[in-house]
Amino acid sequence: MAHGPAKGIGRWLFTTNHKDIGTLYLWFSFAMFLLGGFFAMVIRAELFQPGMQLIRPEFFNQMTTMHGVIMVFGAIMPAFVGLANWMIPLMIGAPDMALPRMNNLSFWILPFAFLTLASTLFMEGGAPNFGWTFYAPLSTKYAPESVNYFIFSMHIMGASSIMGSINIIATIMNMRAPGMTYMKMPLFVWTWLITAFLLVAVMPVLAGAVTMMLMDINFGTSFFDAAGGGDPVLFQHIFWFFGHPEVYIIILPAFGVVSAIIPAFSRKPLFGYASMVYATAAIAFLSFIVWAHHMFTVGMPIAGELYFMYATMLIAVPTGVKVFNWVTTMYKGALTFETPMLFCIAFVILFTFGGFTGLMLSVAAADIQYHDSYFVVAHFHYVMVAGAVFSGTAAVYYWLPKWCGKMYNETMGQVQFWIAFIGFNITFMPQHFLGLAGMPRRYADYGLQFADWNMVSSIGAFMYGAAQLLFLYNVIATIRNGKPVSDNKVWEGAEGLEWEVPTPAPYHTFATPPQIK
Amino acid sequence: MLKRAKALFAVALTALVGASSVGQAAEVSTRQLNMPQGVTEVSQAAYDIHMLMMWVCVVIGAAVFGFMIYVMFAHRKSRGVKPANFHEHVGVELAWTIVPALILIVIAFPATNALLKVYDASEAEMDIKITGYQWKWQYEYLGEDVRFMSSLRTSQDEIYGREEKGEHYLREVDNPLVIPADTKVRFLLTGNDVIHSWWVPDLGVKKDALPGIFTEAWAKTSEVGVYVGECAELCGKDHAFMPIVVEVKPKEEFNAWLAEQKAAAAEYASTIGKAWSMDELMERGEQVYLTNCAGCHGVDGLGIPGVFPPMVGSEVTMGPIEKHIDVLVNGVQGTAMQAFAAQLSEVDIAAVVTYERNAWGNDVGDMAQPIDVLNHKNGQ
Repeated sequence: MAHGPAKGIGRWLFTTNHKDIGTLYLWFSFAMFLLGGFFAMVIRAELFQPGMQLIRPEFFNQMTTMHGVIMVFGAIMPAFVGLANWMIPLMIGAPDMALPRMNNLSFWILPFAFLTLASTLFMEGGAPNFGWTFYAPLSTKYAPESVNYFIFSMHIMGASSIMGSINIIATIMNMRAPGMTYMKMPLFVWTWLITAFLLVAVMPVLAGAVTMMLMDINFGTSFFDAAGGGDPVLFQHIFWFFGHPEVYIIILPAFGVVSAIIPAFSRKPLFGYASMVYATAAIAFLSFIVWAHHMFTVGMPIAGELYFMYATMLIAVPTGVKVFNWVTTMYKGALTFETPMLFCIAFVILFTFGGFTGLMLSVAAADIQYHDSYFVVAHFHYVMVAGAVFSGTAAVYYWLPKWCGKMYNETMGQVQFWIAFIGFNITFMPQHFLGLAGMPRRYADYGLQFADWNMVSSIGAFMYGAAQLLFLYNVIATIRNGKPVSDNKVWEGAEGLEWEVPTPAPYHTFATPPQIK
Repeated sequence: MLKRAKALFAVALTALVGASSVGQAAEVSTRQLNMPQGVTEVSQAAYDIHMLMMWVCVVIGAAVFGFMIYVMFAHRKSRGVKPANFHEHVGVELAWTIVPALILIVIAFPATNALLKVYDASEAEMDIKITGYQWKWQYEYLGEDVRFMSSLRTSQDEIYGREEKGEHYLREVDNPLVIPADTKVRFLLTGNDVIHSWWVPDLGVKKDALPGIFTEAWAKTSEVGVYVGECAELCGKDHAFMPIVVEVKPKEEFNAWLAEQKAAAAEYASTIGKAWSMDELMERGEQVYLTNCAGCHGVDGLGIPGVFPPMVGSEVTMGPIEKHIDVLVNGVQGTAMQAFAAQLSEVDIAAVVTYERNAWGNDVGDMAQPIDVLNHKNGQ
């Protein structure tokens, strides 16, 4: 039964192998990351100075929208699905994913979703320009024609995510090696199991929201139009009922990655494994009941406002537990600082920082000043970029030697880390100041009092962008002619089943399940 | 540029918590790093709870990050340490679950009180209706028959760099909102088209202006001055170009101003039957066009292909004048073209119709008079 991969392009088109599909997801997400990043560079270039220099305001809005949508749905989510595909079967001792053909389908519809989305840039009237949150009626009655293509591509992405999640749930529930009880699973598997349930729960809500939009735009309904008996605020409730769990969908697998890497380079087991699992579940539960904290200025009754404030503040508790656990894992370890560890430590510090601003944002009375300002932009980039993207980068460096049997260039990795870390902070730290001083988000132009920090922020953004090119180069150079690694266990302190298979990981692994003690 | 960057880092080092207290529009500081304290009870409450939260975060952050940094130095493998093997401790884990929860409960009290202040719009002495339009604001003094639009005054030339940017770049409007000092003013907000959000940091007001729904906010201040704000909810192309300027005047001055506005409105009503000359209409029409129409249809009347139709040689501007007036008065259903009947006076609509029919090489040659517009409105 042991056979290698098929030859030529057919290998990738028809593959049902979890490693091939994982690789496809990872390359696809990186391509989207560069595209979304390019849009971010256009945004920061325009905001380098006050006044409109490079683009027009209507195109600026298309850039912010496409940047957000592509980063969230095209870059971060597929990146973690790619990691799940590669690592979950290896971590639980399964030969492959439970539903390999569906696995192929759930990947291969994605490129079409994003081709459709990207093609809107060339349509008459331009690409979607209503922000990644696409609030009605800006996204319905006042939207460009291309909104229909946007809705269509959202549906395809949603279908892909739902199939991917069902596959992950089925794999984890059915294909664990004998003896691998739930509480013995690596935390990355746990966080993905919980994430997959979140996805199955909320992607249909998103599908419902965009379908209602489609009806309002084309078939004369008035779900979101007060003039027809509907309610524009209803859209926001539905969107954020999807949207808040969505941010945890993005960050929970990142928690899993960090919980694998920090113990490895601390040479010490993860502290508080059980509490990590419970904290993850608690965060997932809370994510369903806090959505309207995104809507504190929409004029909710004060009782609603207070409830969402209290519930949101609660999230700080399980999140704090996680941070304390990571720090205590490092305590009395024997630390080394290879690239994956550097990214994880930066993750803990910067994600915690983003958590602090999140706690500040939860206080509704202060949120009237923060809401929709650059303070919010800074906050969610601290948790999304320094959170999800940093941990994704750490994961690639950590598992790349296992995937391709070659070691990356450590010096280049560390140089990339420092450029990314410094560039990131130069970009987003000043945005806190801009927001507090009164600059709203999604502004194509601004008054002179915001000029200095915007310029600093743009310089940082170009630095951060450059770091990603170095990352791409380092990964390609490793795959082509990195130094071969032959140890099963690439890192001294690494633990887990994935380090018991040969390096590079053979095309088929765990044809016979391992026994877990 | 380098000089500027250098100066900036000096600022960052020295002025860590530099809250400028009074938001005079004239004092534009690039050095403001913190939330303004503002001039109302609400803005003060927001500032206080913001600072409290910030210091709580700073203290916890200093402890956690300090400990991390210590660990990173003390427990590195290169110092020859042997890793310990512990991986749980019920007491510690319970403590760091319960203690943060207690801190949150304590914080919840001031947070609740601050929010109660924000929501206390009761017993207002005055009501102002604020309507968000793409891309300007309308202010209506309820019960006073005074209503006007407030649009950006900064010129397209300044925005596109054909002209030096003025000191108040993007912070200036043609007609600011004027409110009296020492008076509790209630704002009733709504939107005409998409969702906007009326944000004046110094007043501590940010409230969404939703089409078809009313929301409320309030302000009361004794600080006479000029306060600048922005639209805070993405509302389309010119989201960044619809600033808010609020002038707080002493009560007597405000009353005089309001009387003046009322008189002007009455005088306008009495002269509506007057016939305007072509030159007068064209001159006024150009101004109206630049303020209200050029945003979509372009200064040159060419529009944006596929989004906003051109004015040059179009069916509307070159066709029958009744239809043209109708488009201005009622808008076009199902498109971004809004009804201008409530935003522009009869004179302005007549002027802009005339202008569009006779500018940029359009040569219809006819004129619309204010009375035609009024008749069209009443004939419905």
